Amino acid sequence: MEKRSTGFWLLTAFFALFMLFLYGPTITIGILSFQGEGGGLTFPMRGVSLHWFRDLFQEQAVGDIWGAFRRSFALGLMVMVTTVVVSVMGGLAFRKRFAGSGLLFYLIIASLVIPSILISLGVGLIFNQFGMTVHWSTSGFGSQLTWTLPFGLLIMFAVFNRFDKSFEEAARDQGASAWQTIAHVVLPIIAPSLIGVGLFGFTLSYDEFARTLLTAGSYNTLPLEIYGMTTNVTTPVIYALGTLTTIFSFLIIGTFILTVWIMGKRRARLGSDAGKGV
Amino acid sequence: MQILKNRHVTGWLQAAPLTLILLGFLVLPIITIVIVSFWQATEFSIIPAFSFENYEFLFGSAVTWKVFMATFRYAFITWAFTLAIGFTVAYYLAFHIRSQPVQIALFLLCTIPFWTSNIIRMISWIPFLGRNGIANQTLISWGVVDQPVEWLLYSDFSVILAFVHLYTLFMVVPIFNTMMRIDRSLIEAAYDNGATAWQTLTHVILPLCKPGIMIGTIFVVTLVMGDFITVRFMSGSQRANVGRLISNDIALLQYPSAAATAVVLLCTVLITIAILLRFVDIRKEL
Repeated sequence: MEKRSTGFWLLTAFFALFMLFLYGPTITIGILSFQGEGGGLTFPMRGVSLHWFRDLFQEQAVGDIWGAFRRSFALGLMVMVTTVVVSVMGGLAFRKRFAGSGLLFYLIIASLVIPSILISLGVGLIFNQFGMTVHWSTSGFGSQLTWTLPFGLLIMFAVFNRFDKSFEEAARDQGASAWQTIAHVVLPIIAPSLIGVGLFGFTLSYDEFARTLLTAGSYNTLPLEIYGMTTNVTTPVIYALGTLTTIFSFLIIGTFILTVWIMGKRRARLGSDAGKGV
Repeated sequence: MQILKNRHVTGWLQAAPLTLILLGFLVLPIITIVIVSFWQATEFSIIPAFSFENYEFLFGSAVTWKVFMATFRYAFITWAFTLAIGFTVAYYLAFHIRSQPVQIALFLLCTIPFWTSNIIRMISWIPFLGRNGIANQTLISWGVVDQPVEWLLYSDFSVILAFVHLYTLFMVVPIFNTMMRIDRSLIEAAYDNGATAWQTLTHVILPLCKPGIMIGTIFVVTLVMGDFITVRFMSGSQRANVGRLISNDIALLQYPSAAATAVVLLCTVLITIAILLRFVDIRKEL
């Protein structure tokens, strides 16, 4: 192996600083959430305690954060499932050009770049004008899909662009119907990417703020609840909450990544036996 | 069953759920905003009308121009920093990390924050930047300053810092993606012909990364221009951008005026993207 250049070490230092920049603040509030009872929002630590985590379980201290968490979790699952199903269907559709496919593609890009507050305002106005009540599971759900679907679809486009069509041809040649080809050949091959789409669907929904702001109605999702807390809570309890939700996010991300990794291992182990029978 | 064999029909059927969702929650809301932007508002209700009052007020106010300029300034400065940092990080990952598992792991480290809460990531700057925060304590203990620096938190500095913190990975990912697709023999050819590492970077790698840079640019610019929450939180409500103009009107229930501002913002963003898209064909890059 050739000797590493000075450039390499400079870039490594730069990357390390970038990691510190990216994760440093999160780690800091992680530490500060164990602040002692008399401690404030900044260092020094006045002792170490679980006081602020205990506060999270008392409604008078923090409001209905557990209700908000349950709603965000349910909404995240709803958005995740819908994003996966709709993205796969959309990805399949875009494999062939159909009348209007160009326009639909630009609509997907538009969905990605249009400022979130416009979706929030527009959906809120529509519900208002038609006398409907905004609710996280209806207007909030739809608004979030305009943010998660473009990501899901872009992943599916990338996947199908690299998809080897000869697998499908082989299935068809052996008499598989269109549905059998999709269910037994296409879906298993793209399964790891679907987990990726699911990860985007869940996490983007779980953390979404701007699009849910005017569309969640009287029952807040967790990000809205946290944002509300920033204006009137001045104790480390907000760090404790931040630390818990970040840990939760890390667990979710870890689960998704682990699943993909295990699937990859399994696939390598049970992989093709082509050419081995000779 | 014959009709299902038609590629247009199968395409439409498969794309139907997507189309319906986008029509209902993207196209319809935008149309509604455009319509409502011509309405009038009293203190208690909004009245259907066709008046240019909102637009006249908007364009006639010096505040609007100032706020739009501030929005562009945030977008431009954030873009410059995210591009410089994002490109360097992507270059390091793509060309200096030789083991693939390490590369994947480091790439994941760069993207994980994207899947966590933006609001928490903003809150987590407080212990750093506050009056008695880590930055000030360090500066004082080093003797750089005598008094705590006041402009660290609730200033343009903290707003841009938060933007860079939140959005750099939108540059890293697309640029890394294009870098990984660069044919390595091109780089070897450059070295063989006597190019230095720097010349290879500026004459070979940089031009080939243009699509990734453009996609990252579109993400960063539109996210910053449409933002209202980062500016509000990180400036302690002391700075304004267009998004905040809209959200303030909404808070005052002045929907027609909010809608008019939103329409102008939308046009600005779309024009910006139209200009950027002249440099890259997104469909080819997937």
